[in-house]
Amino acid sequence: MLDPIVLVETDMESLHSQLGGLQYDNAPESAAIAKIKKEYGLFINGQFTSPKDHKSFFTINPATEEKLSKISQADANDVDAAVQSAKRAYEKVWSKTTGPERAKYLFRIARLIQERSRELAVTETLDNGKPIRETRDIDVPLAAAHFFYYAGWADKLSFAGYGADPKPIGVAGQIIPWNFPLLMAAWKLAPALAAGNTCVLKPAETTPLTALLLAEILQQAELPDGVVNIITGDGSTGAALVEHPDVNKIAFTGSTGVGRMIQQRIAGSGKHLTLELGGKGANIVFEDAPIDEMVEGIIDGIFFNQGHVCCAGSRLLVQESIAEDVLRRLMRRVEQLRVGDPMDKNTDVGAVNSAEQLARISELTATGEEEGATRLTSTCVLPSKGFWFPPTVFTNVSQSHRIAREEIFGPVLSMLTFRTPEEAVQKANNTNYGLACGVWSEKGSRTLWVAERLRAGVIWANTYNKFDPTSPFGGVRESGFGREGGRQGLEAYLNV
Amino acid sequence: MSENRLEIRKTYKLLVNGAFPRSESGRTYEVVDAEGKFIANVAQASRKDLREAVVAARAAQAKWWSQSAYNRGQVIYRLAEMAESRHAEIAEAVELSEGVKSKEARKSVSRGIDRMVWYAGWTDKIAQVFGGANPVAGPFFNFSLPVPSGVVAAVAHPTNSFEGLIDVTFGAIAAGNSVIVLASSDRPVPAVLLGEMSAVSDFPGGVLNILTGKVEELAPVMASHEDIDGLDIGCVQATEHTALISAAAGSIKRVFEGQGFDETTAVRRLRTFIETSTVWHTKGQ
Repeated sequence: MLDPIVLVETDMESLHSQLGGLQYDNAPESAAIAKIKKEYGLFINGQFTSPKDHKSFFTINPATEEKLSKISQADANDVDAAVQSAKRAYEKVWSKTTGPERAKYLFRIARLIQERSRELAVTETLDNGKPIRETRDIDVPLAAAHFFYYAGWADKLSFAGYGADPKPIGVAGQIIPWNFPLLMAAWKLAPALAAGNTCVLKPAETTPLTALLLAEILQQAELPDGVVNIITGDGSTGAALVEHPDVNKIAFTGSTGVGRMIQQRIAGSGKHLTLELGGKGANIVFEDAPIDEMVEGIIDGIFFNQGHVCCAGSRLLVQESIAEDVLRRLMRRVEQLRVGDPMDKNTDVGAVNSAEQLARISELTATGEEEGATRLTSTCVLPSKGFWFPPTVFTNVSQSHRIAREEIFGPVLSMLTFRTPEEAVQKANNTNYGLACGVWSEKGSRTLWVAERLRAGVIWANTYNKFDPTSPFGGVRESGFGREGGRQGLEAYLNV
Repeated sequence: MSENRLEIRKTYKLLVNGAFPRSESGRTYEVVDAEGKFIANVAQASRKDLREAVVAARAAQAKWWSQSAYNRGQVIYRLAEMAESRHAEIAEAVELSEGVKSKEARKSVSRGIDRMVWYAGWTDKIAQVFGGANPVAGPFFNFSLPVPSGVVAAVAHPTNSFEGLIDVTFGAIAAGNSVIVLASSDRPVPAVLLGEMSAVSDFPGGVLNILTGKVEELAPVMASHEDIDGLDIGCVQATEHTALISAAAGSIKRVFEGQGFDETTAVRRLRTFIETSTVWHTKGQ
């Protein structure tokens, strides 16, 4: 069944001319502060290996397609060296380092991230394509906050609710995605180290730079050699890490497809596993929602980080009585989004991270039209170089459409309608995923009624895409298991 | 019992959706006591029986979770009351099935019933012990609530016929899940007795489903079934774990592989089948 919605201003060009084409002066951040090296080795046992010893690949700026740096490809031998280094460090050093001492290292790292925050933000934006406003205000401060939060846990594990003297697991293999490169590194490393584990971290192939910068920070912090090893490479590096017999724990953030493969690969090995996988979050809007906040929340839910967010509110469920009004306001706002140079401080939507991801977004979006949904696209002018996708909203979407079922991981929103709270819950839960949902209503009792029935690990009420180190994050069902953040985030790294 | 009277034997059936059907397949298998003497022809559940139990369990879980935690505790406690009143009967079945001394059998049943009461007391503690408020930096009230995974399939202990059923069943149920448990294949009688008692314990039909049958036939279906959220295979022999977990990964199931029925393991099992759901709510005037 289709959701019939008529948009008065279906013509985005006329909407654009009504808005009068707001002009902004350029406000570029300087790239010079990034100090990116021409090439990087692997960070093993506290030292960078020589790049000459490895095969390599380039990491590029997705906004310009310019090469940023030559990155080493870790092969099976390198993975083994990193794991052995972590194992040695665990046995000889880190397991004998007291909680208060571990805490002080983590506090140091938090401070060093704060000190070098501008450099980290610029490097992240160059490597990832996300707006500098986001790296500066969200990614980097939250990364520091995670280290700061878990630092305080390192000497208080007995009070975390997992027994009197909970033990670490050992060597943790951690594989992170390209959408929040530094932040995901912090989410993985901080609780693991606080709990007393040593780590081998593999950043994503397309976004290795801030992890390598973090390696330099770990050197400045004088973290003992081998406690954290950072190895770059493609999927084969990750696979070698997953299968290494001396790895005791795998923590993975990425697609449900790869997560499933990892769970299969390590089946029966006794390795601990936590998975933070895909999502198809529903943002549910009731007719009594606070209207301006709600429109901003929908925008933030799907266009934050170009929609490269596992918990993105990619399905908008609007109560039928206000659907037309919401769509009109939403499209006005979409048309005002500034898409373009991520280094410009006024930019709202930056570059898609890679050509590959752009192809996937384009392919899935094309199915939306083929299956009969109506496409509304921002008229923004896209730069000629780089990977870009304009903010896009689909109406007349049915629950069976691919754009309503599959994770697009891009700035593409599917709008559906509902009449009753029961129907909203039923539609929101009609997915194998279960990561996050939003609920918009001024009626607290209804919000809690809905929240209780949503099958999701995170529920945002009258807000969306908020993160905090004290707040557990993670999914149910095929969005994975285990939590990151909060007291619950320690469980992933304790042998309890 | 009068020595001269011919006893009336019972037909041992499945417990699915609050009813006691034979297997849809019409199959039974012979169960013998520890000395090899015939006890009963027990229903041999088929894949289809399991799938029907999943449908019932899914529907019942929403009902079970919508009851108050206090109420769920009372329902589990009620089953313990029923079991206590038929303590001797269960102990006799355990003695016969396991070939242990009657004193041992009585002790084992006592421990099992006590453990049920322990779980009854958990239902309204889980939220406080595993959840709580989170002091986020912003104008939000943020709280984490443990919620059940949904439908959990479990394989009971192969030899410990009563106690070995309690933990794999009631941990998940206390957390608000519905459960499909495969009783000990060779020693299913105590499990079937408990199932019969559950019929007078106010469990919504489908929350507790007890199948009798073969592990090798049913465990792989439990692992691969798309509408099962959690899998407890701690009591399945270790050589089978790789294949079962691999199948369970198809729908990213939560898998418990632990062994033993001590408190630490019990809490670990409980934690495996709960999810932390975190709600952010704005604060403002």
